[in-house]
Amino acid sequence: MTPDAALIRYVTRLGDNALVLGQRMIELVAASPELEEELANANFALDYIGQARMLYTHAGEREGQGRNEDDVAFLRAEHEYRNLLLVEQPNGHFGDSTVRAVLFESFYVLLLDALTRCDDEGLAGIAARAVKEVRYHLKHSSQWLVRLGDGTEESHVRAQQSLNDLWRFTGEMFADDEVDRIVRDEFDGPDLNVIAGQWRQAVAAIVGAATLEMPADGWMASGGKSGRHTEHFGYLLADLQYMQRVYPGAAW
Amino acid sequence: MYTQGLDQAGKSDPAGAETKAQLDAFQARVDAEEKIEAKDWMPEAYRRTLIRQISQHAHSEIIGMQPEGNWLTRAPTLKRKAILLAKVQDEAGHGLYLYGAAETLGISRDRMVADLLSGKAKYSSIFNYPTLTWADIGAIGWLVDGAAIMNQIPLCRCSYGPYSRAMVRICKEESFHQRQGYEIMLTLCRGTDEQKAMAQDALNRFWWPSLMMFGPSDAASKHSAQSMAWKIKRFSNDELRQKFIDVTVPQAEYLGLKVPDDKLRFDEETGHYEHSDIDWQEFFDVIAGNGPCNEQRMAKRRKAHDDGAWVREAARAHAAKRAKAAA
Repeated sequence: MTPDAALIRYVTRLGDNALVLGQRMIELVAASPELEEELANANFALDYIGQARMLYTHAGEREGQGRNEDDVAFLRAEHEYRNLLLVEQPNGHFGDSTVRAVLFESFYVLLLDALTRCDDEGLAGIAARAVKEVRYHLKHSSQWLVRLGDGTEESHVRAQQSLNDLWRFTGEMFADDEVDRIVRDEFDGPDLNVIAGQWRQAVAAIVGAATLEMPADGWMASGGKSGRHTEHFGYLLADLQYMQRVYPGAAW
Repeated sequence: MYTQGLDQAGKSDPAGAETKAQLDAFQARVDAEEKIEAKDWMPEAYRRTLIRQISQHAHSEIIGMQPEGNWLTRAPTLKRKAILLAKVQDEAGHGLYLYGAAETLGISRDRMVADLLSGKAKYSSIFNYPTLTWADIGAIGWLVDGAAIMNQIPLCRCSYGPYSRAMVRICKEESFHQRQGYEIMLTLCRGTDEQKAMAQDALNRFWWPSLMMFGPSDAASKHSAQSMAWKIKRFSNDELRQKFIDVTVPQAEYLGLKVPDDKLRFDEETGHYEHSDIDWQEFFDVIAGNGPCNEQRMAKRRKAHDDGAWVREAARAHAAKRAKAAA
């Protein structure tokens, strides 16, 4: 794979994470436990959709074949989306979506921070903007995890169960592949081994503050980064792509 | 969005403690266009009328998130998705802001929410209609936000200070939403035959319910006079409805769409459009709970509330632990 091809794939993959998580959060609109949370959820989802737009536009420009953000976002086959399995997991209850946010955002914030120093100017610029947003998201989600873990007996049990259930999707974040390695070596990109250590420390601190237990590292699910998704993903995509697939070529 | 001219009046002073002198002094302030503030003396019926109107407006914002939220996951482009999401977020913000304004009148948000969930409190009838196609998102922005603006601009001059100030901010965002909705319609009408048909179908379904947003006709509107005297209301339901029709029909013509009213015609003498009678039975049915989506909207709201109970309880328990530790 050429460095350019790897970078385009890398940027698209970041866009996929943002789009898919944003889409999941959008499903929660009008279903939040309280009104303030409704605003926060919509606001954060908007940040993720905004990041996806910037990343896809950048990927399309680097690719130079005239693909715009919507071509990339809507007109690919399922296996061509390369998001982490973690972000496509169904929302479940509030504890599940909170844990998903904490696990992903504590990784993503480290990744973005490293990307602000990468050699691709466009990507570094997007990362500089996104990292500020995601820092705030993480603050919000981790505060909620602490409330749930250190709230009632019921919320504690639920939060621990969510953490245990979603833990198996965390290994994929740090399993580097050819794309990760090329971006690291050729564009001074993030080193996932380094980030893995930082992430574990950050998550342990949040989990501890929430009076929860860190789950044991067992078998880890993977496949999202190479386009092999969980069964949930097809339905998310069916909603996402509906209009573009039913009315091909129409302008909206 | 979206207040509706339901014209419900609050009950008048139950204890009979209000003196004529107090009432006259209050009316004199209102007549002098002074703003009434939360701590000022006010007639009980004025307070209750406002609580009912403002909370109903807040509930409408919250329920109004559902029909538009219905198209968030399926929005046709990322830009449209982002715009719609921002709009729905604005609505949650309006709800929060309006509940806050109502709370200045001495009612808690919990109480208002409980009244919504029990079915005691009303919300705008328009949200009991389904959004069946993407064009409905355009039609809602254009027509529903357009009608809401007609209703709400005069509320920026409402005699109650906290409500009028809330409305100034809300109206700015609403007019933005209205333009976005019209722009969706314009794009559809310049698009393929399928898109034009989708736009026409949305207009057909949302035209009459939008006109009903202004509330019953003046002849059938019992409580308008008192609200007018208190300067909560500045124009009658029919006046506002007529203004909306006069502004909107040329917009439909510009889009190349046909307003679904065979009797619609411009009267050169009056300078206004004449229109067919509104099916008020449909309006009263929907208000009474018998609209296409009443059950669905309330069920979703109740489910969100019930599903969130353990979360709110956890937050309270955690806050109590923190407070205890800090003491």
